[in-house]
Amino acid sequence: MTAMPKWADAVLVPLISLLIAFFISGLVILAIGEDPIAAMKLMVTGALGSTYGWGYTLYYATNFIFTGLAVSVAFQAGLFNIGGEGQATLGGLGVAMACLFIPWPHWSLALVAAVFASALFGAAWAAIPAYLQAKRGSHVVITTIMFNFIASALLVYLLVNVLRPEGALDSASARFGDAMRLPRLNDILALVGIPFNNRNPANISLLIALASCVGVWLLMWRTRLGYQLRAFGKSEKASVYAGINPVRMTMYAMLISGGLSGMMAINTVMGEAGRLLLNSVEGAGFIGIAVALMGRSHPVGVLLAALLFGFLYQGGAELALWTSIPRELIIVIQALVILFTGALDDMVRRPVAGLFLLMKKGKA
Amino acid sequence: MSLMKHFAAATASIALTAGAAVADPALIFDLGGKFDKSFNESAYEGAQRWAKETGGSYKELEMQSEAQREQFVRRMAETGANPIVVMSFSNIETLNTVAPDFPDTKFVLIDGVVDQPNVRSVMFAEHEGSYLVGMLAAMASKSDTVGFIGGMDIPLIRQFGCGYAQGVKAVTPDATVIANMTGNTGAAWNDPVKGGELAKSQISQGADVIFAAAGGTGMGVLQAAADADILSIGVDSNQNHLHPGKVLTSMLKRVDNAVYAAFKAGEAVETGHVNMDLAAEGVGYALDENNEALITEEMKAAVDAAAAKIASGELAVHDYYTDNTCPAVSF
Repeated sequence: MTAMPKWADAVLVPLISLLIAFFISGLVILAIGEDPIAAMKLMVTGALGSTYGWGYTLYYATNFIFTGLAVSVAFQAGLFNIGGEGQATLGGLGVAMACLFIPWPHWSLALVAAVFASALFGAAWAAIPAYLQAKRGSHVVITTIMFNFIASALLVYLLVNVLRPEGALDSASARFGDAMRLPRLNDILALVGIPFNNRNPANISLLIALASCVGVWLLMWRTRLGYQLRAFGKSEKASVYAGINPVRMTMYAMLISGGLSGMMAINTVMGEAGRLLLNSVEGAGFIGIAVALMGRSHPVGVLLAALLFGFLYQGGAELALWTSIPRELIIVIQALVILFTGALDDMVRRPVAGLFLLMKKGKA
Repeated sequence: MSLMKHFAAATASIALTAGAAVADPALIFDLGGKFDKSFNESAYEGAQRWAKETGGSYKELEMQSEAQREQFVRRMAETGANPIVVMSFSNIETLNTVAPDFPDTKFVLIDGVVDQPNVRSVMFAEHEGSYLVGMLAAMASKSDTVGFIGGMDIPLIRQFGCGYAQGVKAVTPDATVIANMTGNTGAAWNDPVKGGELAKSQISQGADVIFAAAGGTGMGVLQAAADADILSIGVDSNQNHLHPGKVLTSMLKRVDNAVYAAFKAGEAVETGHVNMDLAAEGVGYALDENNEALITEEMKAAVDAAAAKIASGELAVHDYYTDNTCPAVSF
């Protein structure tokens, strides 16, 4: 295994997995009588061929960066946080609380408040499973997924009974004030003179997501806490022997993870919809797991994997728009990519590692 | 003769240009998907009926995520489709944003109200139709206990349940209405197993007629009721045939008619508010050969009398949307 150079581990293996996934997707498209080459072209031009496509791709990618980072931080500490969905739901509630009830004079102030509120709510939602894991040994996988359902029920209750404006048909909160509209990506790029399509939801949250990537990298690889978290994740017993407090590590990892998941809501709730919707998370919490696995829990990997999934989402939308490929099949294509890059990663990794080992022996 | 030819040629050329100018209508389904056994599927059937009758073609799209709402409606409008039928109240905000950008395109919103000059807002009076099936349920019930099983707990489904409970209480004031919702996520629309379990639980509490307003989940309710040899009530389309003799009736919500009418009117479709209530035959109850043995003459007479009163405005069914409360049942 050690024979494999770093670039092969980080780039070559995911790339081969991806190609296999696309090849099998092509067979599936062929089987229902559509042209796979044309479909692929449509996905690429639709998602990356115009600033309009890029806007949507980046919008989806922003969500996946947050949830991918969230899963990877917990993963580094040896915890499998699959509650991103619920934590992001609560993050949305935090954003709504910050935006609905305080008349901020300017979006920048509202944004700061929303970042804090979303991170706080998301972290609080992760804190309970974290505490149960740390103190009682209740497995975090079970508790976080149960908390997803509780979050969903809580949101429905609040949106149907409390936050919904009287007489409205839609189970959604009232609109946030116009002052709280976040600048879209085209507004930001216009400042530096780059023309960008204005009919897409990509917004300033993308910059916060990128900053979070840097922040997570600094935290995990440049601070004492990051070192402790990673040591704890590698071996709990050894880290305890080294004087690291396991209860504290579990809490820290989950709080950071929940906070990052919650911050996803800035993009969807504040950046896109401008109000709290029933299903604004839409599975991004779960996609975050695939993104973290594929990105090997490193911020750079997470960023690239998030872009790939953003491409798949927007490309899938274009397929739905311009072909008669049913939407279930688009989900199949997305699922194949997750399957090959996440779950079946080892299937590709072993032969590639073996190949490098052979090459090394040949040289020696 | 030559004049005739001239006329013929003129009409032919008019027909041709008219053919080229008439745009295809379009139908955009909501997140539930085209084949949801309920709301969206009913719209699909209406569009299919129009396509078969006229031989015309139409465009269709299925939304997959919240972010696609605006994207899909906008892209569809850019293709020149007209009119564009958009499903569900979830798209009220979508049309408020998109419709002003396409003043020459007509939009039809089903189940929601949008005040734009080029939007036709179609609302159904679910509470009125549910009131009628509630009356039938109460008259068919021997235990004076009836059930209601909703899909996802949203105001629309409470509107169904509230009308139903009022109908039940109008016939038997001290009847018990057991109301359950299947869940709090979108999955609640398609969970027949849980629907069946809820039905069994209601049966064990004495319910002998159960109304399912729950999309695909309702299939499990109807099955469980048929297995336990009690009656059930279907929803949206006529579901009497699913278990002949076991489905008391179905509460009809004619989404298909609304889509069909919009497609048929084409670009000339009238905008403004359309209330598909009992008077407009937008809602009602189903009576066919599968349930004629279950609905006696008296029952039919009582319900038809109430329907006439509601249609004339003499009898008002409480509308859950007006104050978010229901006098007849608590959810």
